[in-house]
Amino acid sequence: MRYHSPLTFEAASRVAAGASGVTRFLAGGTDVLVQLRAGSVTPDDLIDLKRIPGVGSITREGDGGWTIGAAVSGAALGATPGLVSDWPGVVEGMGLVGSTQVQGRATLAGNLCNGSPAADGVPGLVAAGATATVVGPEGRRRMAIADIPAGPGRTALQPGEVIAAIHLPARGAQGGDAYERFIPRTEMDIAVVGCAVNLRLDGDTIVEARVALGAVAPTVLLVEACAQAIVGTRLDEAALDALAGAARAAAKPISDKRGTAEFRTHVAGVLARRVAVTAYTRAKGSRAQGHRAKGAAQ
Amino acid sequence: MSKIHVTTTVNGDAVDFLADPRETLLDCLRDHLGLTGSKEGCGTGDCGACSVRLDGVLVSSCLVLGVEAEGRSIETIEGMASPDGTLHPLQRKFIEHAALQCGFCTPGILVAAKALLEENPDPSESEIRYWLAGNLCRCTGYDKIIRAVQDAAAELRGAA
Ligand SMILES: Cc1cc2nc3c(=O)[nH]c(=O)nc-3n(C[C@H](O)[C@H](O)[C@H](O)COP(=O)(O)OP(=O)(O)OC[C@H]3O[C@@H](n4cnc5c(N)ncnc54)[C@H](O)[C@@H]3O)c2cc1C
Ligand code: FES
Ligand code: FES
Repeated sequence: MRYHSPLTFEAASRVAAGASGVTRFLAGGTDVLVQLRAGSVTPDDLIDLKRIPGVGSITREGDGGWTIGAAVSGAALGATPGLVSDWPGVVEGMGLVGSTQVQGRATLAGNLCNGSPAADGVPGLVAAGATATVVGPEGRRRMAIADIPAGPGRTALQPGEVIAAIHLPARGAQGGDAYERFIPRTEMDIAVVGCAVNLRLDGDTIVEARVALGAVAPTVLLVEACAQAIVGTRLDEAALDALAGAARAAAKPISDKRGTAEFRTHVAGVLARRVAVTAYTRAKGSRAQGHRAKGAAQ
Repeated sequence: MSKIHVTTTVNGDAVDFLADPRETLLDCLRDHLGLTGSKEGCGTGDCGACSVRLDGVLVSSCLVLGVEAEGRSIETIEGMASPDGTLHPLQRKFIEHAALQCGFCTPGILVAAKALLEENPDPSESEIRYWLAGNLCRCTGYDKIIRAVQDAAAELRGAA
């Protein structure tokens, strides 16, 4: 295994593009090192991104949006009050990843690019309409996060492409988001179902919504029918029922040791309801308590 | 396999070692630097027995490569007691409360608990339990560990 620690994303991309064997980028390493240890993936070239200037920074842009560097840890997201207040759902999703020790290292981009259908950080990004700056042999491009997952362990990134940063749009007025997952215990487990909802109100009426489901298909799902079920409503019982129905209809899960397909389908509806209520409440002004209140999110 | 020369700081001392790039920081601490206080319970990030601080951040050293330590600052359990051997209040309270049996998880839990108390000097029981959720103990049932951390926290607050 050759270890590289380039100082620019262009250099990182050149190493990856020129490599012929197994190549991995190293962000927090909480997936890469586990796979190395298990012997499932032993990279020929391992490209550490953490020496690139700026990879650890979180920046609020002039338009109110946020730029999150490729090496920003889950703990660092949770320690940024402005980000927690604008995008509590994104932060609480990543905050559910692993233990305190894992939180000190694990990144959003790594969570996304590892390609687990159950990745907890990804539904929140998709619901938020987040994008990524991708650096590759052809230069830089912006991709929607929703377009990056391509199946378990696979992404739509081309050979040599690396994510330099993730961008969240400006929160804007009367918006709110939330993420919850179902796991059989209270900590340290993989999502059976995850759901993120991001919405905007005009008065009490929902005028925009994005609903993403995790762990119920080979990739995260952005479910347009869920959004349609609640846009134009005040999230009354009928709207919540329609939302739950749309989430169940969209779920195409597998059965495994964590839950049967029937159970996952049912939980997708339950979570969609619950998470929509939280996002709605946040949009109305009562903000999240922050990601440290993990126990409440189960 | 060519080895890489790594220069880093461990418990305030400048050290260097030669690392195979596949070796974890835990391997390097134990095998190259002789610091065997950090334990390997799982090697996959689940148990916390290998907990250390990397530039102040609590991490599992089995999920960090040794070569990543270049130019960083690492704190391990070996740096917890004073150089004259005086135990840190957390270490003392673990003994007083019998918060260990086999002791395999103890270094990692002490390092993790110290990081908690620096960030939050007065944690609730559930905050302690969530913070330490990545530190597994197969002997004690956790209760005495929680009591020891609470007692040490109280003493440290009193001393401040
Ligand atoms: C004990 C434990 C518990 C965990 N619990 C959870 C959990 O509850 N929920 C969950 O979702 N995950 C969990 N994980 C998995 C893991 O922590 C997350 O997926 C994490 O977000 C990965 O981020 P990382 O920075 O560590 O990625 P790395 O391991 O550094 O990289 C992961 C993958 O992404 C690629 N990559 C990394 N950065 C980039 C980039 N900038 N551009 C392109 N590709 C890149 C790498 O090549 C690699 O294939 C857990 C892991 C452990 C060890
Ligand atoms: S040995 Fe590192 S977490 Fe178990
Ligand atoms: S005392 Fe034996 S594992 Fe904790």
